Amino acid sequence: MNLTNLTKIALKALNNNKMRCFLTMLGIIIGVASVITMLAIGQGSKRSIRAQIAEMGSNMIMIHPGNMERGGVRQDASSMQTLKLNDYQDILDGTEYVSACSPSVSSSGQFIYGANNYPSTIYGVTEDYLEIRKFSIDEGSMFTPQDVLTSAKVCLVGQTIIDNLFPNGENPIGKVIRFNKIPLKIVGTLTPKGYNSMGMDQDDMVLAPYTTVQKRVLAITYLQGIFCSALTEELTPQAINEITQILRKNHKIKEGEDDDFEIRSQEEMSSMMSSTTDMMTILLACIAGISLLVGGIGIMNIMYVSVTERTREIGLRMSIGARGIDILAQFLIEAVLISVTGGIIGVLLGVGASMVVNLVFNWPVYIQAYSVILSFFVCTITGIFFGWYPARKAANLDPIEAIRYE
Amino acid sequence: MATKEIIRLENIRRNFIVGNETVHALRGVSFTINAGEFVTIMGTSGSGKSTLLNILGCLDTPTSGEYYLDGIPVRSMGKNERSVLRNRKIGFVFQSYNLLPKTTALENVELPLMYNSAISARERHELASRALDAVGLAERKNHKSNQMSGGQQQRVAIARALVNDPVIILADEATGNLDTRTSFEILVLFQELHDRGRTIIFVTHNPELSAYSSRNIVLRDGKIISDTPNDHPASALEMLKKLPVESD
Ligand SMILES: Nc1ncnc2c1ncn2[C@@H]1O[C@H](COP(=O)(O)OP(=O)(O)O)[C@@H](O)[C@H]1O
Ligand SMILES: [Mg+2]
Repeated sequence: MNLTNLTKIALKALNNNKMRCFLTMLGIIIGVASVITMLAIGQGSKRSIRAQIAEMGSNMIMIHPGNMERGGVRQDASSMQTLKLNDYQDILDGTEYVSACSPSVSSSGQFIYGANNYPSTIYGVTEDYLEIRKFSIDEGSMFTPQDVLTSAKVCLVGQTIIDNLFPNGENPIGKVIRFNKIPLKIVGTLTPKGYNSMGMDQDDMVLAPYTTVQKRVLAITYLQGIFCSALTEELTPQAINEITQILRKNHKIKEGEDDDFEIRSQEEMSSMMSSTTDMMTILLACIAGISLLVGGIGIMNIMYVSVTERTREIGLRMSIGARGIDILAQFLIEAVLISVTGGIIGVLLGVGASMVVNLVFNWPVYIQAYSVILSFFVCTITGIFFGWYPARKAANLDPIEAIRYE
Repeated sequence: MATKEIIRLENIRRNFIVGNETVHALRGVSFTINAGEFVTIMGTSGSGKSTLLNILGCLDTPTSGEYYLDGIPVRSMGKNERSVLRNRKIGFVFQSYNLLPKTTALENVELPLMYNSAISARERHELASRALDAVGLAERKNHKSNQMSGGQQQRVAIARALVNDPVIILADEATGNLDTRTSFEILVLFQELHDRGRTIIFVTHNPELSAYSSRNIVLRDGKIISDTPNDHPASALEMLKKLPVESD
């Protein structure tokens, strides 16, 4: 068997029937283009969600007092006082997988500067908070450990606060703003981060030493939450494990009893998000795959028609020396050429459509090399699979009868 | 010229089972054909001519009896082996030309060589071109088959049968679809090929044509009823000259 010659023969046959060829390809083209586009959209949204989560600190761990029943009455988490400063200290000292840790207490209220006021939230934290939340200082500097020790009346402000309290473009550094009648001196500003994936304005906040918020604002001694960073996103479960051990020991929780705290991590959230988008992607890919199947059936249909139509040609080829396998190969090559050419056009169309979706609807898209390779692979398989029966039918024709066929 | 035996049939029988009846298409046919013979095979419709030709052309196998083509026993061969044998040793000419549509004369003639991987593309062109020269179509090599007259199409088919330099050319009613004049033109071509040493078996139901071959075999009901050599074949060319030129 000479594959070059058989390919030439197949090409010639396809060339003689360009229009039909193209129409047969159309099914494959649409199938592949939709596979590529759907996967691009699916992967694009997955990536953009992941990127946003990473921006918020993908290794972040949040500890809050958990729901707890006291005499059958459920307690509101914010009123619970189970997290103490020593919990924070022990996490800081007793863990291997935690790279940064900050207590968290917060209070909402009106911030006032001169004639301007704006409602926002003040977060009482330590310097580690910047690393945990992936914040950075735009101008000025972070408050110091000394400020934390002395409950200094200092703060950092986000862009939204600046925009509202200093609408005339004054430099906020060194200015004193008031919260609950407490004067706070601005020592630094936070680099703007914009809105997160949940639609929250990440610049609408004021950071101060937690001691300041605890003593001067809230007058409490417990913590509302603790924020930590695992060494890496992958080490989050280990870090959570360590923290759980420490807190259960500190809170004297017996084996078998429920935690009185709740640990949430970004890793958990991101894997939840991923699994949702993965489901979406699989669903989209299935729909697209079905259209590819329909395209394949189209090929089979046309190949059957073609074999019947060309019965005499097949008889002639056999009588001048084509073996069954030569005929089989010719028709298989025809089917594969149709499906692979359709695949190539489909990939180009799919990439184009993805770009259009990106430009027109502003949806994030991402074309993975594997989806292109997979499409080609599936196309070839489709061609062979759906071309096989018609080709075998052709190869099994009796030359004597075939050549007399009217 | 030393005569070489090309075909040897020994008591060939071919039965077809149709429903619960058996049709005896060939009932014990034996003969030998030597290189350089021009044999016409005649007989009424249904006498078994095509069945015999299919067996000679290795498209079909006899129910019993032995067939040697160029010394090779064909009966024991598998399907693929017979395909290769057809490709290398046999040239077919059919009643209805069987050219590929939308395909040039040259490409049609190249076709048998496409299934022979020992022959390069260049050789293929060369051989096909020469075969077309031999049938008088030097000027029409790149014409599409559907742009040609019946006579020209049959010439292309003959060139296709010649291109692999076969040991024998088998023609089944090769002039059956052509008018008298064109039939004689084709017959002239066969005689030319014969003069150049080709071995030809020409099946026809037209008894007039036996005058132009070197041997005539007549079949009836699957048996040979006469096998007569013709030492002085008539010239088809002479006959062609005598035919009135159609003017319409
Ligand atoms: N494939 C077949 N199946 C059944 N009967 C056949 C088949 N081929 C030929 N025959 C029978 O064999 C006989 C000879 O046929 P054929 O060789 O075609 O005759 P011819 O070519 O001389 O007209 C006929 O009676 C025909 O009906
Ligand atoms: Mg016949």
